[in-house]
Amino acid sequence: MSLSVSHLSFSYGSRQVLSDVSFDLQEGEFLSVLGPNGVGKSTLFRCILGLLDGYKGSITSGGDDVRTLPRRELARRIAYIPQIHAPAFGYTALAMVLMGTARQISAFSRPGREQIAAAMAALERVGAAHLAERDFTRLSGGEQQLVLIARALAQQAGVLVMDEPTSALDYGNQLRVLQLVRELAGEGYAVLLSTHHPQHALSFATRILALSGGRVAAMGEPEAVLTEELMAQLYGVRTEFADTAGGRVLVPVTAEARG
Amino acid sequence: MNCSIPADRSARRGALCLPAMVGVLAALFLASFTLGRYDVPVGQVVRILLAEVFPMEQTWADSMRAAVVNIRLPRILLACMVGGSLSLAGAAYQSVFQNPMAAPDILGASSGACFGAALAILLGLPRGGVTGMAFVFSLATIALVYLISIRTRGSRVVGILLAGVMVSSLFSAGTSYIKLVADPGNELPAITYWLMGSLSGARLGDAAFALVPMAIGAVPLLLLRWRINLLTLGEEEASSLGVHTGALRLIAVVSATFLTAASVAASGMIGWVGLVIPHLSRKMAGNDCRWLFPVSMVTGAAFLLLVDNVSRSLAATEIPIGILTAFIGAPFFILLMTRKESML
Repeated sequence: MSLSVSHLSFSYGSRQVLSDVSFDLQEGEFLSVLGPNGVGKSTLFRCILGLLDGYKGSITSGGDDVRTLPRRELARRIAYIPQIHAPAFGYTALAMVLMGTARQISAFSRPGREQIAAAMAALERVGAAHLAERDFTRLSGGEQQLVLIARALAQQAGVLVMDEPTSALDYGNQLRVLQLVRELAGEGYAVLLSTHHPQHALSFATRILALSGGRVAAMGEPEAVLTEELMAQLYGVRTEFADTAGGRVLVPVTAEARG
Repeated sequence: MNCSIPADRSARRGALCLPAMVGVLAALFLASFTLGRYDVPVGQVVRILLAEVFPMEQTWADSMRAAVVNIRLPRILLACMVGGSLSLAGAAYQSVFQNPMAAPDILGASSGACFGAALAILLGLPRGGVTGMAFVFSLATIALVYLISIRTRGSRVVGILLAGVMVSSLFSAGTSYIKLVADPGNELPAITYWLMGSLSGARLGDAAFALVPMAIGAVPLLLLRWRINLLTLGEEEASSLGVHTGALRLIAVVSATFLTAASVAASGMIGWVGLVIPHLSRKMAGNDCRWLFPVSMVTGAAFLLLVDNVSRSLAATEIPIGILTAFIGAPFFILLMTRKESML
């Protein structure tokens, strides 16, 4: 079991954010987390990454509680891919990816030949090897996201946790990144990815976890779980599903169409 | 795997930049001995310095050796040490606080150190007490600035700068009060002159005394310099990459504060070096601390040595070096703020 969350509850003061959330994540799975803003997706991720520890229930990776694992050991199991944002200082893309190797080397040392090779291989895997020498801050949003994914690959952890990786990307880059993530899951990574686009989950994920009011509203295969009722429950909007040659699609029902 | 491994561009830049700056520093170092009323040719400087270490036949007057070894050497060494320390401290503060405007004087560490040192002079403490008090107060200032900045809303860059300005002003007021109550016969002139920042009258003992706290500050920063890069990514990312952010940040801040306090205790308030030089070094060597830290150190040493040479040879009476660094630093800061690709 790559990751197991069991009866997780978390509250900020008196405000309950997550209640009794349980799910398992296996190798090769692409689990997409859906839910409206403020439903606790980020809190869930922070708990999994060991950044928050005042929760009830348990989160284990490879059978070990993430709260008791040393930082370095946790980084060997779980890699985090944040939303793109401007870093305080610009590094080359290769230098960014090299930071993924931090857990492999001692605190006083610097990455060597082996780490540079691993970083280049990771850049190659995401199709961004040509960006290695470029300044990260001058890359496009899509390129930056690829570099951050490469950094997680260089970290060589089995679980990839991605917090809305497509939110700042244009349509083409959104699809390219999701396609890459799907392939990575196919190669054996366990992927946990939050998104604001149910269509993304529908088209690319192998499983869906829908959160509503801090609880698990639905979990299972996308086509089985995503229904018009669930969309109404999660987002308070009317939608329709239609089956096309390219798969199932989600269509908003506009006020005009409603008549 | 059949992909070729390009030599990292940032590594190439740093690898070129560091030896170049070391060369500049070495040339300046030797040239600095020839400046002054007593004329000493460079060849003699080299011979006299070598003779201090190796047995050599004396081909110079004793007074020439006195000028080189007893008067000029301590001052030159101290200028290099203070310049290198303040620059390294600035580069470290910038990385740790993810803030391109962080520097020992802007964060208030220098004001805190000044207050502590002035208080120590007022209390008549020995030299070790002056360094100790400078360190304690400069650490307290940084802690205060950091605590205020994480509670301010809005931009963290602005928050930490404003907190620095406020806390600085608080400690400057404290220093003024100390000057008010200090004995105008002996303590006041000592405090005042020293606050202006000066390397004049440095003795070899001063340099040796400053070396210990400077080494305590510099060694951890240089050893941890690659890992300090990860702190610039922010708490969550650095943690998820396997870094103990709390411990690393604490070590880096305490080390940088050691450097600041030791510099202030040795030479008074020399502003701007810790902001200007790290920026210049970022332009030359890139932002990767692997190269940025050593390049900042060497460049800072060369810069302060150059400025000190100007300060002791420009006019008949010596101009305190803190005044000169401000004359150079403030316009540089304005340039930084108004540039098209400003980092603010």
